[in-house]
Amino acid sequence: MYLNIVFLPLLGSIVSGFFGRFLGVYGSCLITVFCVGLTFSLSCLSFYEVGLAGSSTYLSLMTWLESDSFHVEWAFCFDSLTVVMLIVVTFISTLVHIYSIEYMAEDPHLPRFVSYLSLFTFFMLILVTADNFVQMFVGWEGVGLCSYLLINFWFTRIQANKAAIKAMIVNRIGDFGLALGIFTIFMCFGAVDYATVFAFAPQLTSCTLSFLNIKLGALDLIGVLLFIGAVGKSAQLGLHTWLPDAMEGPTPVSALIHAATMVTAGVFLLARCSPLLEYGSGALMLISVVGGMTAFFAATTALVQNDLKRVIAYSTCSQLGYMVFACGLSNYSVAVFHLANHAFFKALLFLSAGSVIHAVGDEQDMRKMGGLRRLLPFTYAMIVVGSLALMGMPFLTGFYSKDVILETAYAAYSVPSHFSYWLGSAAAFCTAFYSIRLIALCFLVEPNGSRKLLLSASEGGKAMGFVLGLLAIPSIFIGYFSRDLFIGLGTDFWGGSLFCLPSNLSLIDAEFMSTFLKILPLCFSIAGGGLSFIVYRYYTHNIYFWKTSIVGRKVYTFLSRKWFFDKIYNEFVSQNILDFGYHFTYKSIDRGLVESLGPFGLSNLLIGQVQQSRVWHSGYLYHYLVVFVWGNLFFCLWFLFGFPSLRVGVLLLFCTLWLTL
Amino acid sequence: MDFIHFFFSYPFYYLLLVWGGVVLNRTNIVVVLMSLELALLSVSLNFIIFSVCLADLIGQIFAIFILIVAACESSIGLAIILVYFRVRGSIRIDQASLLKS
Repeated sequence: MYLNIVFLPLLGSIVSGFFGRFLGVYGSCLITVFCVGLTFSLSCLSFYEVGLAGSSTYLSLMTWLESDSFHVEWAFCFDSLTVVMLIVVTFISTLVHIYSIEYMAEDPHLPRFVSYLSLFTFFMLILVTADNFVQMFVGWEGVGLCSYLLINFWFTRIQANKAAIKAMIVNRIGDFGLALGIFTIFMCFGAVDYATVFAFAPQLTSCTLSFLNIKLGALDLIGVLLFIGAVGKSAQLGLHTWLPDAMEGPTPVSALIHAATMVTAGVFLLARCSPLLEYGSGALMLISVVGGMTAFFAATTALVQNDLKRVIAYSTCSQLGYMVFACGLSNYSVAVFHLANHAFFKALLFLSAGSVIHAVGDEQDMRKMGGLRRLLPFTYAMIVVGSLALMGMPFLTGFYSKDVILETAYAAYSVPSHFSYWLGSAAAFCTAFYSIRLIALCFLVEPNGSRKLLLSASEGGKAMGFVLGLLAIPSIFIGYFSRDLFIGLGTDFWGGSLFCLPSNLSLIDAEFMSTFLKILPLCFSIAGGGLSFIVYRYYTHNIYFWKTSIVGRKVYTFLSRKWFFDKIYNEFVSQNILDFGYHFTYKSIDRGLVESLGPFGLSNLLIGQVQQSRVWHSGYLYHYLVVFVWGNLFFCLWFLFGFPSLRVGVLLLFCTLWLTL
Repeated sequence: MDFIHFFFSYPFYYLLLVWGGVVLNRTNIVVVLMSLELALLSVSLNFIIFSVCLADLIGQIFAIFILIVAACESSIGLAIILVYFRVRGSIRIDQASLLKS
């Protein structure tokens, strides 16, 4: 059963990928949906067995790499953390599969699409079920690859190609950090499997390593390197630029990437490595600060985006920031709880957005929508549910996890935690603002789209409606139902899968916070949402004047250009690297050193010298005889005296004679 | 230097003469052939001197063989020169450079 969980999606992917043209669209969709759906039901069973009944499972298939003390196995470990991820991944993936059957119905390459989706799911399952870092890395790279294939699904579009390459390369930067982290782990622990590494983590607290000539604590270094991997995958500040561009893929792909798979891998990695990170306080501090900044940055950027999917993309980035700083403040269970909740309502939001885009003829610009409330009532309801859950409105899913994150951040009582708390609260304000803005621009304001589009706008069919309806249920209820299970005080659900040093524990302190501070983020949210609603409902005409005022224009430009991150990266990083690549490595080394000194230079030199040495063959007998006589004489002398070192001298003599000819 | 050693130096001088005739001579190919005869003579002279010095008869037998070989060689050489002259109408060495570089 447990192996089926991992390998069924692979089976579906292979069948629909290689035999899709024989099976036809209907057949390949049926097979992949069946495989992934079966995986989901098996995941539910494993959730019962592992999570609720408390019997962690470990499966060892075979040895993969064995070289001296380096020992890697193909092994799967199913503990509480894994089964939570399994449920999330397979549930969302199943729904996305069903959704894409209808959403992509007019696409001629649907078998390829569902094959990629299943492969994506497979690699994500490999990632979460891995028992060692190397196998986890297989999944890690695999989801990167599949994200490339999926973002690039409409490969005839240049924008999609560029976005896919960007996603791949920016992810690869993070993967480099992760790989270094794994190397460091092997160097320090001599093992790469979780059990050994985590068991010996406390022994290495005083160990130091020299990295780039800087002396760092070994666990700090490992934590930072692993975090760099998570930064790439989870689109944290610095390597976040790929995420908004990844919107070029089809909408179900965005839902899968942003909700359940891919970006959650970074948070999963941090949660999985909790026994390691706990002993590296410096790394934890960095993680919380970067997470807090990401949450704030992405939330402010989303305020002014006009692309429907980009707004949701930045909100993903922002929510991931919440999860990461929760990890940085040692509240791993809270982070994973938020991850699971976020997966549901973000999938709902993305798929609803897909429904909207589908209805208005693939128009993604919110400024050209408006007035869709009457035309798409069901989608409207779904997007409201998703947005309210995202804003953390009371008693919806997002509320339970997000408020706990902020509470524990305040309760941790350290500089980075309070930094994250205030940035997170400000982000909560922005989150509510842009969520309501999205709803208002799409549904509430007077119609701005063309008449033709609005006349033809209609709800999606049964499959899309079914998926959205099904996702709305966990978006409303799952936080309430699973709160006590995941983050209740003294819950034993996590078993040994998450670890938190007693000194870092702040869940209990959070219970004694003043009510004012507890409801402060909620007040921010309500204020942001209310402000946005009023502005976009009643003052739409004034927005233009605010935006074109002197201050407004500066702020607007700053935010809509994404804090100039892309500009700075393009001008100072990418451009310099490309210049370096062209001028130095290509022109100087490849064309210069290698060509003029290496093979080409050598052969040119040889040809030149050979041309010159043809002079020796003058055709005159007496010239040949001179050479003959001198050669004879020379060899006579050589054999007579036979100096060993003479050979070198003779060789040099010959060479100089030959070259000076 | 005793008498016999004085004889030893003769073949060497012959040889120098040969080198001069072969290398420095740039016109007449018959002179080259003559120089080669000289070289073979010097070699056989050497053989004979050594045979006398070492009281061994093999050197003199060798000298007779060398005489035979020299006779054959010069006859073949002259024949080649003859054929060459028929084709080219000249036996100058410095004009025989068809196979250059």
